Amino acid sequence: MDVYAPSAVRTELPNGSGELLLRAERITKEFGGLVAVNGVSLDVPRHSIVSLIGPNGAGKTTLFNMLTGLYKPTSGHIFFGEREITRKRPDVIMSLGLARTFQNIRLFGAMTALENVMIGRHSRMRAGLFGSIVRAPWVRREERDVRELAREKLAYVGVSESRFEQLASHLSYGDQRRVEIARALASDPSLLLLDEPTAGMNPQESSALTDFMRKLRDELSLTILLIEHDMRVVMGVSERITVLDYGEKIAEGPPAEVRSNPRVIEAYLGKQG
Amino acid sequence: MDELVAQLKEWRGALERALPWWWHRAIVVALLAFGVVLPFLVSPAGDFMNATVIALAYVVMALGLNIVVGFAGLLDLGYVAFYAIGAYCIGWFGSGFFFRAHVHVLVSKVASTLPGIHLNFLLILLCAVVITSVAGTLIGLPTLRLRGDYIAIVTLAFGEIIGVTAVNGQDIHLGGGQTLTAGNLGIPAVDPPYFPGIGQFTQLNLRPWYWLIFALVVIVLFVNLRVRDSRLGRAWIALREDEVAAVSMGIPLVRTKLLAYAMGAAFGGMAGAFLGALYTSVNAGQFAFAFSIFVLAMIIVGGLGSIWGAVVGALSLSYINYYLIPDVLNGVPKDFGLNFNLTQLSFGIYGFLLVLVMVLRPQGLLPERRRRLELTEAVGGGETLLEEPS
Repeated sequence: MDVYAPSAVRTELPNGSGELLLRAERITKEFGGLVAVNGVSLDVPRHSIVSLIGPNGAGKTTLFNMLTGLYKPTSGHIFFGEREITRKRPDVIMSLGLARTFQNIRLFGAMTALENVMIGRHSRMRAGLFGSIVRAPWVRREERDVRELAREKLAYVGVSESRFEQLASHLSYGDQRRVEIARALASDPSLLLLDEPTAGMNPQESSALTDFMRKLRDELSLTILLIEHDMRVVMGVSERITVLDYGEKIAEGPPAEVRSNPRVIEAYLGKQG
Repeated sequence: MDELVAQLKEWRGALERALPWWWHRAIVVALLAFGVVLPFLVSPAGDFMNATVIALAYVVMALGLNIVVGFAGLLDLGYVAFYAIGAYCIGWFGSGFFFRAHVHVLVSKVASTLPGIHLNFLLILLCAVVITSVAGTLIGLPTLRLRGDYIAIVTLAFGEIIGVTAVNGQDIHLGGGQTLTAGNLGIPAVDPPYFPGIGQFTQLNLRPWYWLIFALVVIVLFVNLRVRDSRLGRAWIALREDEVAAVSMGIPLVRTKLLAYAMGAAFGGMAGAFLGALYTSVNAGQFAFAFSIFVLAMIIVGGLGSIWGAVVGALSLSYINYYLIPDVLNGVPKDFGLNFNLTQLSFGIYGFLLVLVMVLRPQGLLPERRRRLELTEAVGGGETLLEEPS
C-alpha cells in the first residue's frame, strides 16, 4: 500500500500542479472498538475535483467530519495549505476556508434562505455584542454588504429571487440543496466539501450539478472534494478518485484507473467467480 | 372558522396598507409617552402602582430569560439563581449587612453615616450585571456539551444550589461575625435608591421607582431588539436550529452560547437588584424554584423567542398574580358566600390560564415572526412571503 503514501502520490498528480490544498496523513477514527476510518491518507490538489467513493458505511462521511473538525481523529494529521488543522474547532477550520454541505440537508429551517446564507458569512464578519447594540455605521454597512453578498450567492447557485425571503424549511428539495451550497460559498472558501450533493436528484439535475461543480471550480477557483454515489457524476467530474471500503483506502487515482481496479470492482460488486 | 380567519387577515392587510409607513414608530412613541405619564394617572402608592412596578421588573427578567431560552434555545430552569445573586448584590453592597466594613460611594447623607457597604444604586446595578454575567457564564460552561432536557436539569440544579446556599449562607462565616447571607431571616433595611438631585426613594411614593424600572425596561428592550437583528442574534437562532450545522458554518459554539447565558443572567441580576431594593430586604425564601417557572411561563405565554411576546407575557402574568387576584378579585368568593380568598387559589387559576393559552394559542400571545410564519405557512403552503417591517 505504500504507493499511496502522500510523497508517492504527489509526483503523479494529473494536473501537474503539484500544490496540495488538503493533505490528510494516515488518519484513523475509532469509536469505542469500531475503527470507522483506518489510516487513510488523502491528497487534494488545488483547483481539482476529487471524489471520495465507497459502499455505504465505508467511512466517507466520518472522514469528512474529521476534515471539518466535527470529529477529532484518533491519530493522524490533517494539513490545509501549510497549516495543520488536526483537532481544530469546526468554526476555526471553516474560517480558514474549508466549507461543507451535508448529506442530509442541514439548513436552519426557521430562517429564511437569505439568513441561512448570511450565517455562512458569520466567520467573515466582525460585529460583536457592543457593535450590534450601538449599531455603528460600520456595523450597518457590514450587515448591508453581507445581505447583498448573500443575494448574489443565492442567485449564483440558481435560487430564484422570490424564494430569498422564504423559510428554508418551506423550500423545495432542489432549492434546499442549492441554498446549502450558497451558504457554504458565502464564506468564500478555497475548498468545498460536498457530501452526496446529488442524492435524491434525477439524472438531468445530476448532470446540471456536475456542470455547476466545474463552473464553481473554474469561476471561483475552488477546489472540490466530493462524496458521491452516482458513478456517472463521479466519473464525469473528478480528476482523482479515492475509494474507501471498511474504513480503509483500497484505491486511488484517475477515474479510468479506478474503474478498472479489481479491488474496487470487488468492493462494489462482490468477488467474481 | 377558516373564513373568519381569512376575513380577519384581509382586514389586517387593508389596515396596514391604509396606515402611513411611520405608524410603527408612532406606536412606539405613543407607548413610550404613555409609559412615562402613567404614574400620574394612578395613586402614587396604591396597589396598582405597586403591581406595575413589580410587573416591569418581571419584564426585564422575562426579556433576559427570553435570550437564553427563546433565542439560543437553551432551556434554563435555574433562572432564579440570577434573581438571587442580583438581590444579594444589593443586600451586600447597599445595606449595613457587612457591618465591619465602612464603604460609602455616592449615597445619601443618612446612609453615609451607617456602617456597612453603601454604594450608589447604579453602581450596585453595575455590580449585579457583572457578577451575574460571570455566574451565567459559569453555569453555561458545564452545559455546553449538553442538549435540551439535559441542560434543563443542570440549570435546575444550579438554581437549587444557589437557593440552598442563600438559605444556609448564615452559617458561612466571613470573619468578624459576618456571614454570607442572612438566610430566611433576610438582610433587612436595604438602602432605597438614592440619586443626587432627586433624593431618596420611599415606599410612600412609588413614582420614582416606576420611572427607574421603566427606564431599565426601555434600555433592555432596546438592547434586545438590536441584538436580535444582528450577527449575534442570527448566530443564536442558527445554534438553536442545528448546532452541528451552525458550528460547521463558522459559529463559535462556546463563545456564542456563553454570551447568551451571560446576557440573560445580567438582565435577571439587574431586575433582582431592583426587586431587592423595592422589597427593602433580601430573604432567602424568595428564591424558590417556582420563580424560575413563573418567568418561563411568561415567555412561553408571550411566545417563545418573541421580544414583544416576553413583554406582554410578563405584564399579563404579573398583573394577574400581583393585582388581579390579590387586589381586585380576592373577595369574589366571599361575595358568593364562600369561605376563602381567591389568593389561596392563585396557583390553580394560574395553571388554568396557562392551559387555556396553550390550547387556544400554542404559539403564544405575540409569536415570533419565524414561528408565526412556520405555523401559518405550513397550513397555507405556497408562495407566502415575509413582510419586512419597514
